[in-house]
Amino acid sequence: MPDSPLIRVRDLRFTYPDGTQALNGVCFDLFPGECVAVLGPNGSGKTTFLMHLNGLLSGEGEISICGVPVHKDTLREVRQKIGFVFQNSDDQLFMPTVLEDVAFGSLNLGLSPKEAERRARRALELVGMEHALEKAPYHLSAGQKKRVAIAGVLAMDPAILVLDEPTTFLDPPGRRALLELLKTLPQAKLLATHDVGFAGHLAGRAVFFESGNIASSGTVGEVVEKCGWC
Amino acid sequence: MHYAVVERWSRGRSFLHRRDARAKAGALLILLTAIGTAPGLPAALGGAYFAYLILGFAMARVPVTGALARAAAVLPFSLAFAAIAAISGDPARAIALAGKSYLSALAVLLLVATTPLPKLLRGFEGIGVPRFLLMVGQFLYRYLFVIAGQAASMRLAALCRGGFAKSGPAHGTRFRAAAGALAVLFARSYGAAENIHRSMLSRGFEGHFHLLRSPRFGPADWTFLVSSAAVTVAVRGI
Amino acid sequence: MHIPDGFLSTPVWIALDVLAVPAVGLAVRKTQREFDEGRIPLLGVMGAFVFAAQMINFPVGIGTSGHLVGGALLAFVLGWPAAAVVMTAILAIQALVFQDGGILALGANVTNMAIVGVLVGYLPFHLWSGGGATARSIAIFAGGFASVLVSAVLALVQLILSGVPMPAPVAGISVGFFAVSALLEGAITLAVVQALETINPNFIRKAGRPKGGAAAIVLAMAVFLAAVGVIFASSQPDGLEKLAMNVGISQRATNLFATPLADYEAAFLQSAWLRKAAAGLAGLALVYAACLAFGRFSARKRSA
Ligand SMILES: Nc1ncnc2c1ncn2[C@@H]1O[C@H](COP(=O)(O)OP(=O)(O)OP(=O)(O)O)[C@@H](O)[C@H]1O
Ligand SMILES: [Mg+2]
Repeated sequence: MPDSPLIRVRDLRFTYPDGTQALNGVCFDLFPGECVAVLGPNGSGKTTFLMHLNGLLSGEGEISICGVPVHKDTLREVRQKIGFVFQNSDDQLFMPTVLEDVAFGSLNLGLSPKEAERRARRALELVGMEHALEKAPYHLSAGQKKRVAIAGVLAMDPAILVLDEPTTFLDPPGRRALLELLKTLPQAKLLATHDVGFAGHLAGRAVFFESGNIASSGTVGEVVEKCGWC
Repeated sequence: MHYAVVERWSRGRSFLHRRDARAKAGALLILLTAIGTAPGLPAALGGAYFAYLILGFAMARVPVTGALARAAAVLPFSLAFAAIAAISGDPARAIALAGKSYLSALAVLLLVATTPLPKLLRGFEGIGVPRFLLMVGQFLYRYLFVIAGQAASMRLAALCRGGFAKSGPAHGTRFRAAAGALAVLFARSYGAAENIHRSMLSRGFEGHFHLLRSPRFGPADWTFLVSSAAVTVAVRGI
Repeated sequence: MHIPDGFLSTPVWIALDVLAVPAVGLAVRKTQREFDEGRIPLLGVMGAFVFAAQMINFPVGIGTSGHLVGGALLAFVLGWPAAAVVMTAILAIQALVFQDGGILALGANVTNMAIVGVLVGYLPFHLWSGGGATARSIAIFAGGFASVLVSAVLALVQLILSGVPMPAPVAGISVGFFAVSALLEGAITLAVVQALETINPNFIRKAGRPKGGAAAIVLAMAVFLAAVGVIFASSQPDGLEKLAMNVGISQRATNLFATPLADYEAAFLQSAWLRKAAAGLAGLALVYAACLAFGRFSARKRSA
């Protein structure tokens, strides 16, 4: 079935413990090879939505990833399929060296240290950071940190990349380099961003969040125009 | 930040840098014990150990004057006690207090200037220190940079608004403002910790840290440990 | 007060290392029972927070300022075992990276600040914070106060026992100075706890129901009184060695430690300092090995 979605979400609802209703019945599909931008104002629920996809949060409704329903017992499989790149790279690069950080995920998958290291080196080559193996992550620039963070998920061989505000701390050259990098990666991608230009260059489709719901969808241009979003 | 200097030193490639952390830690402990158990600090002994340590810094290609200055961080404390000892008529004790504490600090500095802290912590695991404690230390060190940066920018912001400490509004108000700043820093740190935890879970963390490779304790490490121990003991004999 | 190397006499630092190793081991085990490894980042980041908190100055008046030490605050947030673990990590990194406190003296500093300081800081909270709001505030203040005062006084006692000259007036002034720092720590701890609770009431633990409180308080009092007592009793700097010699402990202790080594007394063990150091270190290694074995054994029992 070439057309079965990689991500399938139906009627997803979530309320934070403090009573904030962050998601009110979201329905969404992501198909193989697609890159979809998630747009929307601050607090509209983009991050909350993304965090449901690999079970960091769990609300009501259905989610399946590559046909596997997201559920307490399937988290291991789901988290291997979805490579989640966080907004703040400092939260993601917590190991003392770049190599150890990139190998962290593969080691958790149960790979041998040797295989984990091999994969980590390959992932670092893919993002062009193979020269920084032994560096401490906090000595890297924001753009380099982002690349290493992406390598950290690529090493787990995911089917989908989920990126939350990937351009936040980047300068224009860093942003351009990230754009080029993401274009070369074959995985399906889902990126939440306020950077419409970035989304326009990368995403074939966009969804617009408003108060915990998808208010509009279409090409990035259409959505931006319909929602007055620039 | 000032300790970034030591961090930079520790990433060198000299003979000392390449020795296993356990060998260097062992050599350090022997040296500290030799200094610590000496009755007083005769000039010959102090001078010999001092020269030995300087030789170490030179071998490691760490700037000697910089190292001497950093180790002086202990001096305010030890000179105060040395002064008390001198005043109460015990000059030998005064010299021993100041000299021993300075030499010891210099020795510890030589270890951390030639060993990145994460490697050092990994080495301690090899001698039985609980991994849980070492991982706490590793995360502490990793996020020290991040959170100290936030604290520095908060302090700067506070200074721009008149500061917590020196002048301006009533004492109690300033005290509470400082407490509020700390509480905000705390909440941010807590939030950062939760995000780190989430990012660990996202990459399949299931309750145990698996580590990449353990360092190897080779013949050169043995040679280093044994010869430095021998020198330490021989010098102590003078 | 971080004691550097070169200040404590050999029996004192060895004894405190011997005390600290199992105490930290126990704290680690209790922490592991409560927090899984996924919470290690929280503990590490809290340690980094306490470190960084030293950059924020609190006005004391007369143009000076002080800062948070944090042992009691950590205990209110994480519970005492985890707070002890975090404080131990802080002290170790201060000693290694900042040369603030010694390595051989780490056992002393850990005992004073990470073990006794944290326990004493947590005790009032544990005992009284179930009461009304005022009782709780008093408990929090008292925790911060006691944790700094007791650890500083302990450090002073250890210095005196090591024979560091400490004329009575100096000791008196020091204790007065400690009392002021302790009052400041109490005030900062209380103010920060109150500010934290307006952000999120869940940051601070709910005090458990006091169990064996009476015994605990008696113990803490005993430690404290002994500490203060020793200071004022030792008006001259006698030092442990003299004291020990008077009661003849020294000889017996040396024999006890040296016996297992006697057969191996090779030529290089001839000199007295080496023998003493070796005996002490052997004792330390013994305790260390026992802790290690116990840890392994109970880990196996748990996983079985
Ligand atoms: N931990 C939390 N507890 C309570 N409410 C939360 C929490 N995190 C987010 N919220 C609330 O949930 C809603 C959605 O937040 P979310 O972070 O998903 O928005 P977002 O679209 O990612 O915003 P931004 O563009 O600023 O990143 C907001 O109203 C926010 O205040
Ligand atoms: Mg967001």
